[in-house]
Amino acid sequence: MADVNRGDRPLSPHLRVYRAEINMVTSILTRITGVALLGGAVLFVWWLMAAAVSEEYFATVDWLLTSILGDIVMTLSVWALWYHALAGIRHLVWDMGYGFDPDTSDKSAWGAVIGSVALTFLTIITIWGT
Amino acid sequence: MAMMTARKRVEGLGSARSGTDHHWKTTISSVALLVIVPMFLFSVAPLLGNPYTDVQAALGRPFPALSTALMLIVGFYHFRLGIQMVIEDYVQGTARKVSIVVMACISYGLMALGLISLAQIAL
Repeated sequence: MADVNRGDRPLSPHLRVYRAEINMVTSILTRITGVALLGGAVLFVWWLMAAAVSEEYFATVDWLLTSILGDIVMTLSVWALWYHALAGIRHLVWDMGYGFDPDTSDKSAWGAVIGSVALTFLTIITIWGT
Repeated sequence: MAMMTARKRVEGLGSARSGTDHHWKTTISSVALLVIVPMFLFSVAPLLGNPYTDVQAALGRPFPALSTALMLIVGFYHFRLGIQMVIEDYVQGTARKVSIVVMACISYGLMALGLISLAQIAL
């Protein structure tokens, strides 16, 4: 039973043996954005709680969330929300049995990536306008 | 074994029952969020950075308050389901069970904290 051939045995395929493809990237991004949105959610609930506690506390939290760092985190959160939503639409369509062929799924993958960036810009512009 | 139907072999093994239920709940909440997320982003998100009294007044109006409540309830519910799926993919044994319980507590805890805060502001 001695393993004479320990280092030279076939490996099961894992992420690093594949060339990065758009559908692989979008799948991973869906999961990452979903998990990461907890960060934005915590900050929003904190802000809401501060608004319920007192004017001084609200001023502190609101300042933090609209600082440069806060703006970056919030903008990324908006993008994550839109991206996760568009990726979710792809899943809903797949669940109904459509859009599985490589050509269509490549197109919808790029649609989710480009669409999420566009919707993020639209949201930021709208928020600035108000 | 050859005489067994495919259904008979898998019957009662469990995953197909609670698994589809979990997926279906995620699906329903995701469809709801497709409506709720835009409501939230365009009525509540712009309040960040506004003066205290403006935020109080805005969250006292029905539509922003409704958007916030729905975002908190359905959003954290959807997150709680999704994070369980992620944990089940990467964590095994007792750590898996503990992680799922902890994340459920965090999800529902934040949901409740947000709703109580909203109630204090809006009512």
